Amino acid sequence: MYFIGIIITGIGVIFLFLGSLGIWRLPDVYNRLQAGTKCTTLGSFFTIVGVGIMEPEWFWKTLIISIFILLTNPISNHALGRASRKIGVKLYDGSVVDKSKEFDEYRENL
Amino acid sequence: MVKLIFLTVISGGIFLCFLRMLKGPTPSDRAVALDTLSTVTTALLVLLGYIFGRKVYLDVSLVYAVLTFVGSVAIARFLEKGV
Amino acid sequence: MKKKLCLFFILLIIWILLTLPFNIQNLLLGIVISFIVSLIFKDYYSERIAEVFRIKKIIAIIKYIFTFLYYMLLANLDVMYRVLHPSLPINPGIVKVKTELKSNLAKTILANSITLTPGTLTVDIEGEFLYIHWINVKSANIEDATGYIVKRFEKILKEIFE
Repeated sequence: MYFIGIIITGIGVIFLFLGSLGIWRLPDVYNRLQAGTKCTTLGSFFTIVGVGIMEPEWFWKTLIISIFILLTNPISNHALGRASRKIGVKLYDGSVVDKSKEFDEYRENL
Repeated sequence: MVKLIFLTVISGGIFLCFLRMLKGPTPSDRAVALDTLSTVTTALLVLLGYIFGRKVYLDVSLVYAVLTFVGSVAIARFLEKGV
Repeated sequence: MKKKLCLFFILLIIWILLTLPFNIQNLLLGIVISFIVSLIFKDYYSERIAEVFRIKKIIAIIKYIFTFLYYMLLANLDVMYRVLHPSLPINPGIVKVKTELKSNLAKTILANSITLTPGTLTVDIEGEFLYIHWINVKSANIEDATGYIVKRFEKILKEIFE
């Protein structure tokens, strides 16, 4: 049981680190949000559930914490992305397409 | 030993987020880095609770997750519409 | 009444899981608190929360959870590849896609699932259109992008909500 928990926690920790690395390396807000959302959600899910497996008494509580993170983390990141687009943060120069031109008016009407 | 490696790797992640928070060209970048940082901290608190053997850390972590969510949404609203 | 009762039991189960190991004082306190909360917040929940307990819906929900977990793992491997690659192979852009789902809860769940699947992030919803930031744009056309991004979840979500 202990070893399964260690392995799952290890995978989670690696994903948490990769998420932060993505925050540091990627070029603009939206790409950073991509890395930040996906990697930290799965990373914290695995880390927390892994601790729950190592210590079976804590299992249900850790499961509730991780499900809460799984449900709320995408929502807060979605709110940040929407706010960035509406106040007119520029997309990365190499972007191929931008179909959200109608948001550009929002800032002028503010 | 393994626990020490885990803590080191997570600290590296927190350091990178912190650098982005200091450097980020726009306010949105800083907000995104802060949000990521607080999710990482939630996981770190649970791991610390296991290492110190204290169940109380789980409650701290749960409350921290709730506050982080509300805080991020509040920052997003502030960026979007002002106070 | 039925709605209130379902909400009450869901809250009570969460309370019991939070306060393990089980004892009678916690249970009594949990019953009181769940009752008060379900009285106050009954209007904020979907009309059809009771349908969650039907066999057909439960099968659809389990199917949905497994699809979702599979794509989430895939998404993380994808981010891992892009972040660790020395030259950052990205090709980003914001595209528009269309959904056929009607209820707000279904749209919220769809947007959350899109955020956690490979390479896509929901930026905004307006009516039946979703604005998606895509890290590796394959097609800027609305129909093709809908086929790539939305279809894999929309089928199962339709089974759950209709």
